[in-house]
Amino acid sequence: MTLDFSVVTDAWQSLLFGVLGTLFLAFSGMAIAMIIGVMGVAILRSRRALPCLLVNIFVEVVRNTPFLVQIFFIFFALPLAGIRLNSTVTAIIALGVNGGAYAIEIIRGGVESIPSGQTEAGLALGLHKHEVFRLIVLKPALRAIYPSLSSQFILLTLTTAICTSISAYELTSVGQRIVAESFRSFEVYFTLTGIYLVISLVTMWLLAAIGRKAFSYPQR
Amino acid sequence: MGILQFTYLLHGLLWTAFLTAIGFAGGIAGGVIIALMRVSASPWLRIPAICWIGLFQGTPLLMQLFVAYFGLPLLGFNLPAWGAVAVALTANASAFLGEIWRGAIQAVPPGQSEAARALGLHARSRMIDVIMPQAFKLSLPATVGFLVQLLKGTSLAAIVGFIELTRAGTIVSNQIYKPLLVFGVVGAMYFALCWPLSLWGRRIERRMAAGLTK
Repeated sequence: MTLDFSVVTDAWQSLLFGVLGTLFLAFSGMAIAMIIGVMGVAILRSRRALPCLLVNIFVEVVRNTPFLVQIFFIFFALPLAGIRLNSTVTAIIALGVNGGAYAIEIIRGGVESIPSGQTEAGLALGLHKHEVFRLIVLKPALRAIYPSLSSQFILLTLTTAICTSISAYELTSVGQRIVAESFRSFEVYFTLTGIYLVISLVTMWLLAAIGRKAFSYPQR
Repeated sequence: MGILQFTYLLHGLLWTAFLTAIGFAGGIAGGVIIALMRVSASPWLRIPAICWIGLFQGTPLLMQLFVAYFGLPLLGFNLPAWGAVAVALTANASAFLGEIWRGAIQAVPPGQSEAARALGLHARSRMIDVIMPQAFKLSLPATVGFLVQLLKGTSLAAIVGFIELTRAGTIVSNQIYKPLLVFGVVGAMYFALCWPLSLWGRRIERRMAAGLTK
């Protein structure tokens, strides 16, 4: 058995676009996830019984079912609701919904970690209430959840591979197309694995660098 | 959806449970080795463990399944589809559990191993009799959390064509043209397996947090 990686090197341009597709899915999915996360926590903080229950059910259902089943469900549910979207947009929605449930959990933890005495201390020191929110509530809360959000983002990036099941445009589906033409499955998937590893290592490094710059004390 | 389709899904559910059990059992065995290598003082053991963990945490499980599924036959192993999937799940679980248990081993207060050393225990006995029982307790919530993740991860075997719960769902859905009903039922089956585990994990975590504040 000889390995032939020329099919992979010949297709470097499609792979590059695949990587861009993957990053696009990951970023847009994360953006929707953050919106769902913040809205979910806002609802939970309102302490109204029914909306809180619904948010909690959403979180539990999403966290306890596989992403593959979720994406199939959304893929078939949207057209029945009269919404026709292409598979890439559907994939972004599925990623956003999935990531949103995890984001709610993470942000809830961060907000709960700021004791109310901290706000009162800030006001007593004569800070304006916007300054209190920005420096004493938001920054420590963000700093507390930043590592979890970073790893959630990397997890979401890796999850995008599953979007190939509805043929969304991303790296894995590009790879599957190359396999369908060349039958070099091992070479292609081995290379894709390497590319994903580079993507997650670089992302991890970048996020850590941003975190160090943005959340270091004393504040500058 | 008739009784025939439902039993077909249940059959898939059995395979899902079976894959999870194999992956978890293999992952426990591999994870202990990875965790011990990871906390070892020797870089010859520590660095391979760091790379193993980074490799499996930094790539999609789907790619790991594909590489095992297409790569193992190239190495001369002629495994059935479930065998290749089981190998990939086991390797993946060993990396994640290894990292979880590394954290737990390092979370045991250093005074414990110092006390054991002062009592004249050997390195082996220090690890097995003093550190590991405490680390096991500390790691339980995260271990249960990973079990849920593994159970959900077995659904990816459907993409390489293995007929477990999700794949069974796709087949039934193509047969009766009621995708929402079928995937609703499939999702409910996963939920019925995962949710009790998640609740159990959270209960242990809460009990432990209460114990720590005492």
